[in-house]
Amino acid sequence: MANRINTKLKEDGKLLSIYFTAGYPKLADTVEIIQQLEKNGVDMIEIGLPFSDPLADGPTIQQSSTAALKNGMTTEILFNQLKDIRKSVSIPLIIMGYFNPMFQYGVEAFCKKCQEIGIDGLIIPDLPVDVYHEEYQEMFEKYGLINVFLITPQTSDERIRFIDSVSNGFIYMVSSASVTGAQSGFGDEQQTYFHRIADMKLDNPQIVGFGISNSETFEQATKSAKGAIIGSAFIKHLNGHGVDGISAFTKTIR
Amino acid sequence: MKTYQADEKGYYGEFGGAFIPEMLYPNTEELRQNYIRIMQEPSFKEEFDQLLKDYVGRPTPLYFADRLSKKYNTKIYLKREDLCHTGAHKVNNTIGQILMAKKLGKNRIIAETGAGQHGVATATVCALMGIECIVYMGEIDIARQAPNVARMKMLGAEVRPALSGSRTLKDATNEAIRDWINNPVDTHYIIGSVVGPHPYPDMVARFQSVISEEIKWQLKEKEGRENPDYVVACVGGGSNAAGAYYHYLDNPDVGIIAVEAAGKGIDTGESAATSALGKVGIIHGSKTLLMQTGDGQITEPYSISAGLDYPGVGPMHANLFTSGRGEFISITDDDAMNAGLLLSKMEGIIPAIESSHALAILECRKFKPEDIVVINLSGRGDKDLNNYIEYFNL
Ligand SMILES: Cc1ncc(COP(=O)(O)O)c(C=O)c1O
Repeated sequence: MANRINTKLKEDGKLLSIYFTAGYPKLADTVEIIQQLEKNGVDMIEIGLPFSDPLADGPTIQQSSTAALKNGMTTEILFNQLKDIRKSVSIPLIIMGYFNPMFQYGVEAFCKKCQEIGIDGLIIPDLPVDVYHEEYQEMFEKYGLINVFLITPQTSDERIRFIDSVSNGFIYMVSSASVTGAQSGFGDEQQTYFHRIADMKLDNPQIVGFGISNSETFEQATKSAKGAIIGSAFIKHLNGHGVDGISAFTKTIR
Repeated sequence: MKTYQADEKGYYGEFGGAFIPEMLYPNTEELRQNYIRIMQEPSFKEEFDQLLKDYVGRPTPLYFADRLSKKYNTKIYLKREDLCHTGAHKVNNTIGQILMAKKLGKNRIIAETGAGQHGVATATVCALMGIECIVYMGEIDIARQAPNVARMKMLGAEVRPALSGSRTLKDATNEAIRDWINNPVDTHYIIGSVVGPHPYPDMVARFQSVISEEIKWQLKEKEGRENPDYVVACVGGGSNAAGAYYHYLDNPDVGIIAVEAAGKGIDTGESAATSALGKVGIIHGSKTLLMQTGDGQITEPYSISAGLDYPGVGPMHANLFTSGRGEFISITDDDAMNAGLLLSKMEGIIPAIESSHALAILECRKFKPEDIVVINLSGRGDKDLNNYIEYFNL
C-alpha cells in the first residue's frame, strides 16, 4: 500500500497541514482534534508528542507542551488514544517530536507502533539527517514510515541535495531563521529563499512551516511550495476557543 | 591505543555527537570546521596564553595542603583554580571562546548560566573585548543568585530570564539555543561546560586543558614526577574535571575520580548524581547520560550547589563512567558543606560549594600514605557565603 503522504502529495492543489500538541488543551482532546481537522478540510496533521525541552520551539508550542505533560501525556498514552484512529480518519498523520522520548521508548518499538496505528511519517527535529541515514533509515523504511527533514534559509544547496536524496515524502521548509511561532508576514528575504528552493527542482515537494498564521501567509507560502503547515497560530486558537472552534479557524485560512 | 578523547565526529565511545535541529547546523558546522585550525594558529595561541597569564592570573598554584595531608594520611595537592580572576575555572573557557568568536567575525555573544559563575565569566570577557553580551538565566536562579546577576549587569551584560519549563539552568540553555537559532549569522554561543553538540565538549575541554598542563610541570617541580596517583574533580557538566583530567585521560597510571552531587541522597528524589540516576539519552544536542523519566522527559536535578545541578554530564564523563576509566563518587549536601568548613579552618581557603564536593571524598575514600592526590579546587566560596551562613548559622 502506498503511504498516505505520497498519495496526498500527488493530488492537485495546495495542502494545508496543521500541527497540534497532543494532550493540549485537555489530555483526552487528541482524537477529537484530529477528527475535527479532517472534517474541516485539512489535508494532513502533525501530532506533537510533547517534550520537556523543545529547543526548536517558540513560546506557544513550549507552553502547550508543558501543559500537555502536566495533563499527564506520555508516549504510551498517546499511542493508546490513537489505537483506533484509522477507523474514523483517513488523511495522513505524522508524529512530530523530539528524539529523546522516542529513544527511551525504543526507536524500533516506536516505529512498529506507528505502523500498527497507521501513522504515515515522523518529524524529529533533533535527529540529524546524517545520523538518520547511517543508523535509522532502514528501520523507518521497514515500517513504512516517511521521515521528514527540515531545511532553512541557511541550509547550503549541497546539503539540501543530500536531504532531498534521503527523503521520500516531502521536505519541511522552515520559512526563516527562527524557532516556531506565528509572525505577521513574509518579506523579500523569504520570497528570495522560496524562489531559490523552487528553482532547485528537488525530487521531493516542499511544505513550508514556521510563521504561517492566516490566509495571507498561507497564500504567500504556497505560491511556489506544495503546501504549508500551521502550528502556533492553531494552538493559540485552541487556547482561546477550545476544540469547538476548529471550523472557525480553518475557515480563516482558506 | 584506546583513547578517551573525542573522535573526529565528536564521539567519546557511544556518547557525544551533534543531535541538533537543522536550524543550528550552519552555526555548529562553521565552528566544527574551524575550531581546531583557529586554536592552533600562533596568533591565537599567543593572545590566549597572554590573557591567561596577565588577565586571569595563570598559572594558578599547585598547593601542597600540609595539614589536610596529615589529617588524611596521604599527599594532597590543591590545584588553585579558585584564584583565577572571577573566582573559578570558568574564565579559562570564556577567554578561549571570546577569542574564537572574534576570529569567526561574530559581534554578539550569548551564554547560559545557572549559578551565575559562567554568566559572570562571559560578561567579563565581553567587557574586556567590548562585545555585546546577553546571558540567559532561569527566572528562579535570578532570584536565588542576586549578587551574580548584579555583577553581570555591572559588567554591561543583559540578563534575560528564561521563563520556560522549570526556569533553571537547563531552560536557560534551551533559551540560549533558541536565540542562536534566531540569530545564526552574527552571534556566537559561549557554552559554559563540556556539554552541548559537537564541537563544544571537545573545544571547551581543550580550553580547560591548561589545568592539567600546568599540573604536570608543577608536580614535576615539586615531586619529580608529572603524574599524580589520582586527579579528583567535581562534575556538574564537567568542564573543570575535563580540564584537570585532560592530559592524563589516556595514562592508566593516573586514577581519575569524578565527584557528583548526591544532593539530599541518591534515593531521595532530590539529587544531581547523573551517573547513578541517569540513562542514555539526548540533552542539548549531545548523546550522554541524563536524568529523565521513563518516558524520556528530562527531570530537574537538585543540589545545594547551584553549579552542580545540571541533569546531564558531558559525553566525555559518560564515557569515563561506562568504560570504568573513571571512578564516580557522589557526595551529599551535608558532607560537602562540612568539607568546605574543614578546608576553611585547616588551610585558610574558603572553597566554592561545588569544589567542596571534591574535597569531601577524603572522608569516604581511603588513599595510601604515599599516594599523590591532586584535587581540583574549581572555585572560591565568596559566591556561596550566604549558603554557608545559613547552613552553619554563622
Ligand atoms: C566553582 C565551580 N565549580 C564547578 C562548577 C561545575 O561546572 P563544571 O562541571 O563544568 O566544572 C561550577 C559551575 O558553575 C563552578 O562555579
